[in-house]
Amino acid sequence: MSAIAVAVRPPVVRRLLGFNLLTGVLLGIGGWYVGWFGAHAVVGPSLAYFAAIDFNELSLVLAYLGGVTGFLIGLGFLNYPVKRLLGYPPSLREKETEGWGRYFSLCTDHKVVGIQYLWGIGLFFFIGGLNAMLIRFELLRPDHQAFPAGTYLTLVGVHGSMMMGMMTSGILGPFANYLVPIMIGARRMAFPRIEAFTFWLLMAAGAILQTTIFWGGFPTGWTGYEPLNVEGYQGMDCYILFFALVGISMTLLGLNMIVTIVTMRAPGLTWTRLPIFVWGVLSTAILMALAAPVLVATLSMALLDRVVQTNFFIPSQGGSSYLYENLFWVFGHPEVYILALPGFAIVLELLPVFARKPLWGYRLAVAGLLGVSLLSWFVWQHHIFVSGINGDLRPFYMLSTELISIPTGFTFICGMMTLWRGNIRYTTPMLFCLAWFFNFLLGGLSGVFLSDVPSDVTTHGSFFSMAHFHYTIMGGLVFTFFAAIYYWVPKMTGVQLSERLGKIHFWWMFLAFNSTFMPLFAIGFLGQPRRVVTYPKSLQFLNDWVSVSAFVLGLSLLYFLVTFVYQLVFVKKPAEANPWGSRSIEFRLPSPVPVHNFDRIPVFSSDPYGYGEGPAPSPIPVGAPAGRD
Amino acid sequence: MSAVPTAASPAGAQPTNHGRRVFVAWIVLSVIATPLVAIFLGPILPPGNGSEQAHGQVIDNTVLTATITPVICLLVVFFAYTLTQFRAAPGAALADGPPLRNHAGIQVWWVVLTTATVLFLAGFGTFELLQNGSGGGQGPSPVAVPSGVRQNQMLQVQVIGQQWNWTYRYPSYGGVETQQLFLPEHTWVALNVTSLDVIHSFWAYKLGVKADANPGVDNIAYLQTRGPLSFDIRCAELCGLWHGYMYQTGHVVSQSQFASWIKQQQQLDKPVARYLPKYQRFYYPDPQRRAG
Repeated sequence: MSAIAVAVRPPVVRRLLGFNLLTGVLLGIGGWYVGWFGAHAVVGPSLAYFAAIDFNELSLVLAYLGGVTGFLIGLGFLNYPVKRLLGYPPSLREKETEGWGRYFSLCTDHKVVGIQYLWGIGLFFFIGGLNAMLIRFELLRPDHQAFPAGTYLTLVGVHGSMMMGMMTSGILGPFANYLVPIMIGARRMAFPRIEAFTFWLLMAAGAILQTTIFWGGFPTGWTGYEPLNVEGYQGMDCYILFFALVGISMTLLGLNMIVTIVTMRAPGLTWTRLPIFVWGVLSTAILMALAAPVLVATLSMALLDRVVQTNFFIPSQGGSSYLYENLFWVFGHPEVYILALPGFAIVLELLPVFARKPLWGYRLAVAGLLGVSLLSWFVWQHHIFVSGINGDLRPFYMLSTELISIPTGFTFICGMMTLWRGNIRYTTPMLFCLAWFFNFLLGGLSGVFLSDVPSDVTTHGSFFSMAHFHYTIMGGLVFTFFAAIYYWVPKMTGVQLSERLGKIHFWWMFLAFNSTFMPLFAIGFLGQPRRVVTYPKSLQFLNDWVSVSAFVLGLSLLYFLVTFVYQLVFVKKPAEANPWGSRSIEFRLPSPVPVHNFDRIPVFSSDPYGYGEGPAPSPIPVGAPAGRD
Repeated sequence: MSAVPTAASPAGAQPTNHGRRVFVAWIVLSVIATPLVAIFLGPILPPGNGSEQAHGQVIDNTVLTATITPVICLLVVFFAYTLTQFRAAPGAALADGPPLRNHAGIQVWWVVLTTATVLFLAGFGTFELLQNGSGGGQGPSPVAVPSGVRQNQMLQVQVIGQQWNWTYRYPSYGGVETQQLFLPEHTWVALNVTSLDVIHSFWAYKLGVKADANPGVDNIAYLQTRGPLSFDIRCAELCGLWHGYMYQTGHVVSQSQFASWIKQQQQLDKPVARYLPKYQRFYYPDPQRRAG
């Protein structure tokens, strides 16, 4: 698969009218109306019924599904199958090798998809962060209503869903898509078109969630508990469709990663030579591929309850709200490790580079990652300890939850011993990795209180648990997300990022983050439940402290965005091929990485962590390609 | 963690035993910090001593906090030492550290210590839980039943959640329904928590009680009150628009005050008593408004 050059570039107008994001949006809007009026035509005889109860869920759901379909067709996802079905040669448009147009259309280059993910996820992360600012604005005063109660709950729900839904692919989307093929010595992912599909589907899902405000919002938070779910206004459908589409995207992303890593490794890249980042991606991908279908099934049932009057989850009609809680957390607990595990992997991948030592205890680290992903299936009922479900299983779930600290501890000891007696360089990515230890230690230890049933009676559903998961997810995932940005973006874009600006960002964000979330432990311990708009006056000082810190934290992220864009667009300081002195294979390639990655397929003879073990031969063969490898 | 010295000695020079330094500092710090935490931090941990269950949770929280103190000490000592002692000189050329890839002893000790800690915590939590359920909702057929007190000696109180308020029924007083929660002091209480619509969660912070109110479920939590006090009741599960306003104040009062209060409530309740549904473990009201 050598580079396919597009010889003559068509005029701009033709390109704009071709299959791309613009066409996708236009066809998406068209598809939305087709679904809306189509459903009205189908259910025409019952329109009086829908008018009588003020809701027409069916039209709305079909409208959104029509919109997503139109969007994907406009992007060109049907071109390949349709052309092949009709006997034509497939279009090469999706294999274009140059030009900005690639980033706004269906492109099967895994590096383009990685960068698309970075900006796409970043956009929704930004929106989710703005929601958080508004939530904290409301909580400045104990009983002050900056927003109507329903709007406040919608803000809480959109913030939670946005972060838990979109950021699930926060590392695997941008970084695994970009780096895994390179790290395993391949030129593409196993299913490049599916890879692009996961991205554009995720973007469609995110847009759907945003439109919930036009349909009354939704009152349930990101968990969508029944039977509140079935009572909700039409905005609830946006939540359900959003999360179900995210689930489909996650499943496919996970499957694609598993197949790629298992089948496409270059010669010599045995399981014990695999970079630890790839192991982290693999263990996350297994969780994604197995957990996300549960979510899709659960939400499909919830949607049927709302749209066609089934009764899976409605107790007064013979359903069970416990069933929803169980199914949701069967997905939901692996989900939080889907968020956390890539962070573990990034820390373990970066520490050797900046401590100039091999990764300590490689097999133990792998066992830790796989152990967490295995155990995470057996802990879900700790989310519903006081719900009254299965009281006699609580000791088991307490034990299994606490057992998960053992494999998590493997990650800690491997990281710590990698630092031990090293030559530690405090670069920006390294600072973010070290912050992970601090944040995740607090997040993990507060989890001990939540896993212990007697203590959980007080901490469950309080700000304490809210602080806990922000420490593990924001402190664990988002900090390593930024470590990855500072570490790999020079490789991905060819632009060197400033260390000085990066360090300002780090200290600003680290201090503001802890100033925001540490008092929340105290607020929870003092008895403030989650997701409330009112609280006792005695808690106002702490809440105000948190709100102000949250605004400062928000500003730190804004500062990052401004400096990041400024450096990428205006400064454009060219990056060296290997700015960090890393031994990993991606840093043996030029920055940015050429379209086809390698002229010749690499041959591996060691893992990438041989610091202090003498010079290592590059796995990339030199010389001209000898035909097709 | 570093019971086994890790420093490989460079030829000739007297090796600095970094591992022993960290180990000793950790032990010293832990031995000092852990009792301090247990003695001074323990008593002020939530949720206070409003009931026997709350008191039990304070003990539980104290044990947990004291157990994690050495873990925090280890990480603090380790990182303080490592990040200062092993940093590369600013501006120096890249130099690799020693290629230490593994150490079986450290791995074994780490696994043994973390496993022992975890098993201790799970064992202790289970022991505490099985005493009487620690104030948590246990579902319709509780496993952790307090010993030495028979079910029919407890005061039964039904807690009914609905959007967005709590009401209470006292079956041993003819199923009288009240707008406020009053409990007698020094009494075993069985709270039967249920809901009429969506999932709520009954949380009396000072009493150390939390139990989800599920429609169609009788979720039982046990509670032994102590002396008189007033306590806040909040809903701890998102239940819709006015979730944030679903709070009340309840009272633990003396036995005589409780007797006169409940008599007063029965008087107030008399005119509407015949409209109340018969006391049941849970209720299904008329079908709720549904989306469609």
